[in-house]
Amino acid sequence: MAQVDTRGMSCPQPVLMTKKALDINSAEVTVLVDSKTAKSNVERYLNLTGYTINTIELDSKTHTFEISAKKQ
Amino acid sequence: MDSKKGIIFTGAVIGILAVVLVRFGNPVNMGICIACFIRDTTGALGLHRAAVVQYIRPEIIGIVLGAFLISLGKKEFAVRGGSSPFIRFMLGFIVMIGALMFLGCPLRMVLRLGGGDLNALFGLAGFAAGIIVGIIFLKNGFSLKRTYKLSPLEGFLFPLLNVGLFILLLTAPAFIFFSTKGPGAGHAPVWIALAAGVIVGVLVQRTRLCMVGGIRDAILFKDTYLILGFISILVFASLGNLYFGFYKLSFAGQSVAHTDGLWNFLGMALAGWGSVLLGGCPLRQLILASEGNIDSVITVLGMSAGAAFAHNFSLAASAQGPSPNGKIAVLIGFVLLLVIASFNLERETKATVQGGVKIGAS
Repeated sequence: MAQVDTRGMSCPQPVLMTKKALDINSAEVTVLVDSKTAKSNVERYLNLTGYTINTIELDSKTHTFEISAKKQ
Repeated sequence: MDSKKGIIFTGAVIGILAVVLVRFGNPVNMGICIACFIRDTTGALGLHRAAVVQYIRPEIIGIVLGAFLISLGKKEFAVRGGSSPFIRFMLGFIVMIGALMFLGCPLRMVLRLGGGDLNALFGLAGFAAGIIVGIIFLKNGFSLKRTYKLSPLEGFLFPLLNVGLFILLLTAPAFIFFSTKGPGAGHAPVWIALAAGVIVGVLVQRTRLCMVGGIRDAILFKDTYLILGFISILVFASLGNLYFGFYKLSFAGQSVAHTDGLWNFLGMALAGWGSVLLGGCPLRQLILASEGNIDSVITVLGMSAGAAFAHNFSLAASAQGPSPNGKIAVLIGFVLLLVIASFNLERETKATVQGGVKIGAS
């Protein structure tokens, strides 16, 4: 499974990194983000490209989320 | 507000507010212009002495305070920085040089289109071209590296600075310069402009509206979310201008604009390319700066320095057209962008972990 750590990266890199990971392995991906903007951008991209997503909040103080996505 | 309705609504409010601000005294097609207004504020502080463009613009202060307060309220205020600060300063500087060649930031470009200023079509073409060039570098691994957590005070200083600017605006001490003629003298009443700014700041913070992001995401990810805001501003500014009778479809005789198509194109191409490398247009940078992003604070300072240089060295265009110095500055800007973009291409950090793929910020 592809794991992507986008923490600290600013727009549009979290989405670009997710896209690159999916180019290598398109079945499943887990993305770590640390801002709500990156979270919604990555979620929107995964939705648009046909993934089922499940997001959990790892740390509310640092806005860290883990987004897991599976190809529908 | 992370919905298509939200961003269309935001675009509509900005488009209409911009026209209303013109109705109340702002220069035509300049209800809101981040580049122009940072330039005016820089001039009011005496950092450049172009007497026609000096005024502390309350719209900027409102946007900053609106975005700051809503980000605090929504617990999104996060103080971070350290992602290539001086490169961002330079990029902000260069974006301003491009914007002042065209005479407006990407937002004003849309507002000019909405007022019937056909010169902005050349700007739009250049803007899109610049974005496409930027995307090529993004696809090849362009990165300004990661940010780091910083102390809260670092993040509070920028909004505080804007409160200070507002006090200077209200008290108007002798060392602050206010234009008595020209675009700087055209302004809506302070409290109306401030309120409009607050509304824009709040809405843009919630929706992440970004002029450069609209075209970028549509091309790069086939994601139309942000470009809906762009289109909405255009539609509602057009309607507003028609309603108030400001609409004038022409190339010649437009307010704070020139008719040199090539340099309108190149100015916006420079601003578009620079903004893609920064990750957002001047409006977006201002919003990010207000929610604790110190890299964007540095970018705004870079824009301010760019504005000061632009008027101290006659780089900014005027209604008469581009200046010879300005043309040279724009060309130097392209060279600098090429250098910055080329030297920040990262080779992907790939490591195979348990038979999988790991991509991360190293």
